[in-house]
Amino acid sequence: MAKGTPKPDELSRIDYTPPQKEWMDTPVKLKPGMYCWGAKAKNLQAVGFPNARDWTPADEDWKLPENWEWTVLEGIYDRLKKYRSFQLFLDICVRCGACADKCHFYIGSGDPKNMPVLRAELLRSVYRRHFTFGGKLLGRIAGARKLTLDVLKEWWYYFFQCTECRRCSVFCPYGIDQAEITMMGRELLNLLGLNIDWIQGPVANCYKKGNHLGLEPHTIMSNIEFMLDDIESITGIRIEPSFNRKGAEILFVTPSGDLFADPGTYTCMGYLMLFHELGLDYTWSTYASEGGNFGFFTTNEMAKRLNAKIYAEAKRLGVKWILGGECGHMWRVVHQYMDTWNGPADFLEEPVSPITGTKFENAKTTKMVHIAEFTADLIRHGKLNLDPSRNDHLKVTFHDSCNTSRGMGIFEEPRYIIKNVCNNFYEMPENTIREKTFCCGSGSGLNAGENMELRMRGGLPRANAVKYVHEKYGVNMLANICAIDRAALSTLMDYWVPGVGVTGVHELVANALVMKGEKKRTTNLRGEPLPGVEEEEEEGKEEKEEQGG
Amino acid sequence: MELKNILSAKRTAVLKKWFDVILESYPPNTAEFLRTQKDPFANPVGHTIFEGMEGIFDELLEGVDSHKASVFLDNIIRVRAIQDFTPSQAVLFVFLLKKVIEEEVGEELRKEGLSEELTLLNSRIDKLALLAFDIYMKCREKLYELRAKELENRTFRLLKKANLVYEIQEQEAESRN
Amino acid sequence: MRALFSFIVVIALVAIVFVGVKGANLEFLFGVIIPYAALATFIIGFIYRVVKWGRSPVPFHIPTTCGQQKTLPWIKDSKIENPSTTAGVIARMALEVLVFRSLFRNLKTDLREGPRLAYGSDKWLWLAGLAFHWSFLIIAFRHLRFFMQDVPVVVQWVEGLDSFLQIGAPLLYITDVIIITAVTYLFLRRVYIPQVRYISLAADYFPLFLILGIAISGVLMRYFIKVHVVGVKELAMGLVSFNPTIPEGIGVIFYIHLFLICVLFAYFPFSKLMHMGGVFLSPTRNLANNSRMVRHVNPWNYPVKVHTYEEYEEEFREKMKMAGLPVEKE
Repeated sequence: MAKGTPKPDELSRIDYTPPQKEWMDTPVKLKPGMYCWGAKAKNLQAVGFPNARDWTPADEDWKLPENWEWTVLEGIYDRLKKYRSFQLFLDICVRCGACADKCHFYIGSGDPKNMPVLRAELLRSVYRRHFTFGGKLLGRIAGARKLTLDVLKEWWYYFFQCTECRRCSVFCPYGIDQAEITMMGRELLNLLGLNIDWIQGPVANCYKKGNHLGLEPHTIMSNIEFMLDDIESITGIRIEPSFNRKGAEILFVTPSGDLFADPGTYTCMGYLMLFHELGLDYTWSTYASEGGNFGFFTTNEMAKRLNAKIYAEAKRLGVKWILGGECGHMWRVVHQYMDTWNGPADFLEEPVSPITGTKFENAKTTKMVHIAEFTADLIRHGKLNLDPSRNDHLKVTFHDSCNTSRGMGIFEEPRYIIKNVCNNFYEMPENTIREKTFCCGSGSGLNAGENMELRMRGGLPRANAVKYVHEKYGVNMLANICAIDRAALSTLMDYWVPGVGVTGVHELVANALVMKGEKKRTTNLRGEPLPGVEEEEEEGKEEKEEQGG
Repeated sequence: MELKNILSAKRTAVLKKWFDVILESYPPNTAEFLRTQKDPFANPVGHTIFEGMEGIFDELLEGVDSHKASVFLDNIIRVRAIQDFTPSQAVLFVFLLKKVIEEEVGEELRKEGLSEELTLLNSRIDKLALLAFDIYMKCREKLYELRAKELENRTFRLLKKANLVYEIQEQEAESRN
Repeated sequence: MRALFSFIVVIALVAIVFVGVKGANLEFLFGVIIPYAALATFIIGFIYRVVKWGRSPVPFHIPTTCGQQKTLPWIKDSKIENPSTTAGVIARMALEVLVFRSLFRNLKTDLREGPRLAYGSDKWLWLAGLAFHWSFLIIAFRHLRFFMQDVPVVVQWVEGLDSFLQIGAPLLYITDVIIITAVTYLFLRRVYIPQVRYISLAADYFPLFLILGIAISGVLMRYFIKVHVVGVKELAMGLVSFNPTIPEGIGVIFYIHLFLICVLFAYFPFSKLMHMGGVFLSPTRNLANNSRMVRHVNPWNYPVKVHTYEEYEEEFREKMKMAGLPVEKE
């Protein structure tokens, strides 16, 4: 090598090693691919959020209202009085660092401000400066700093780089939950109209039309019609579900993602087939057509406003209880918030499975049952005729969704179902599943397109564990019980572990479900040939081509 | 033969140094985490990089098989393609290997009269670097493709329903063939 | 820098007592007034903080669930990691407070490649944390002998256990060694682990130095620079009986020890050390995961503006009728 060229260390240093500075001296730099577009005026207006205007995060000027600092500080004061979690979590952190390397964003990005403790310090430092004696007196030496525009931008950038997955909270000796801090941080930002449109758009849609996608009543029906056609061509059975039907026994609510986006639609077909097979007396609702709740990623009040529709609709239709589909944050909300916000649901009855007679004691006041609980109970009582060999071409692993894991604890039900409908099931490594599960990297409303790099980073720890079982056992299907997972993990797998598909648990159920009066199935719900029917598949293909031509 | 022996003997030292200079492209805090956390599931970035490096190094000794080398390079570059690096920074690590080898065994090789083999080795590294560029581009393209695909997944059924699917079905048929 | 600042503050504190006692004969100030003031600050401050926390309600039921929920009778639920009963919550809290359950979590990892000691640093954090807190408690308990006319048997047992190695005269207390080692480790990891150094504040180093100062002055007093022990007890008894006296010739090292303890007490309620009280109030740990079984009430729940079904139907009635959906108003 020629002399005079810089040494390797020099070369790498000159270029891009940032100078080692304290974090307070490292101003935030918004990097493309790491953040989402700002919330649009019309979407903020639709739900009456303050400071509705069109704005661009990359611009210097965020068009903040006069006196915004005061608004934020007042907002902090309010929330300290209303939430013990907030007050406590700001006060008792000892910065032991146990949470530091537990965050999927930190693991994937290495950005120190993605350590949960530091992400919380972003807010804590302002709290100290403006709300504690020591912070006012000693300032920086006490870890306090003033609220400035830079600080605000830093909040925005990093509170939208947290998926509220609660993994840090599992490892914290005091249970400090970054999700709580992020939720408060986002509430404060929303006081200034600083949301992202990927969240605000669905919120506005859901408020007016009942679901995130903004599907109008007839569209919801025709979407499901469309699935019914597919089901008929696969099974020969025509299913006729009901909508907004008064007097049904059960109201079924699922995230609207399942109505629309592949592969969630197959899960939805699974629900339809299962309920039909059981002869379940249930109804869909076009008004409460959203189980998910993007309002939860804006403010507590907004979440409550959206969630109110579920009980209201259950009351209007006069159902006995509510059954909920596969979704992550929907279940955090249903399990830990719904009854408190919009209960008591005394107009409903304690849920009892009409098929097995099982009383769901664990849901006796909220009166809403998770479909995995419902189906596991069916299988346990031998109520389903299952042929797991139809899923023999799959080697399945299960991704525990953050919200249902750490905000509910539903681990065994989905596993029990999968093991009964599939013959090949493999677990990912122990420290990446159950309560220690890694996030898909796209939760809490961060599953947009413009922040793809962020998502791929955040999802790396999950993907890495999938890759391990993919290479070791040949796993080719990643099952989960979350609508965001179904969309986000598909993309994640495509980038990190090509060859692994993504499925909802009830898609697997429906594929294994032998229905009364069905024709001999040759394909699964995705139209792919079932194992062992290759020859027939050839014919089928020809037929299809004829039709297509 | 000789060169291979010398390099094999220095494998650990070269890899360690190479890992160090790669880690220097990360902020110090991050670098330390990537270096010290040994659990592959708690530290996928560090783990992936190191595993890829080992593969590339061994590949280099045997003569570069494009296909095999691609796999190892891919592991590393796939990670760097979504981190805060410009394209040149993302693939710089391949060139850094030249310098590491020069520093670790350059003297020895010249003493043994193996300069020519060193040149050959360097040209193999150049080949790796070219491959690396290709892979980097593929990863970036993939990211854009994923964005497009997500959009399609979200809207496909809508289009189909609105009878706008004629074209899409045709495309599908094509891709199936 | 932040560590240095804290270190200097502690040294300055020591210097103040030294000058105050040696130079200005302020024994009464350091031996009586300050201890009373510090204790009062501690008690009032501690109560104030806990009451302040307690006054903020727990609007939502947000336990972090770390095990299988209680659902169907044939699915085994995780009674402690995801408690559904008060007993389970008590067990969970006990594990958390007594053996630092959450910090211990890092240990369990079966699958590894490369060196065996994965998660080593985390295990050390758990161990050092546990060693520090427990020895602190035992040492504090041993000190009861100074505040009671007749030393209770339990205290004597603890002293006996603590010195069972039977080394030296006076007998070496194991906890003295452990606490100094553990605190030193906790300090070193703050300095050496880059992530932890990055997040550490002066408020993190200060208590460590302070406690180290207390431990070292205590050790010096017991093993090296002898003080007038009878005098010390007399002073302590005077304090507890509200009949303070200042015996002659106790030795300045005692006043240093006492003053640092006073600073710790007075500083306690204003600092992160309040985690001692806070951990019991943490809503992610002290609630049972029974929110679908028992309704949790939010005291400040208020009505919100919703988009009602009537409004919805008003907007979509025609479309709904066309699609064959039932409507309330024709």
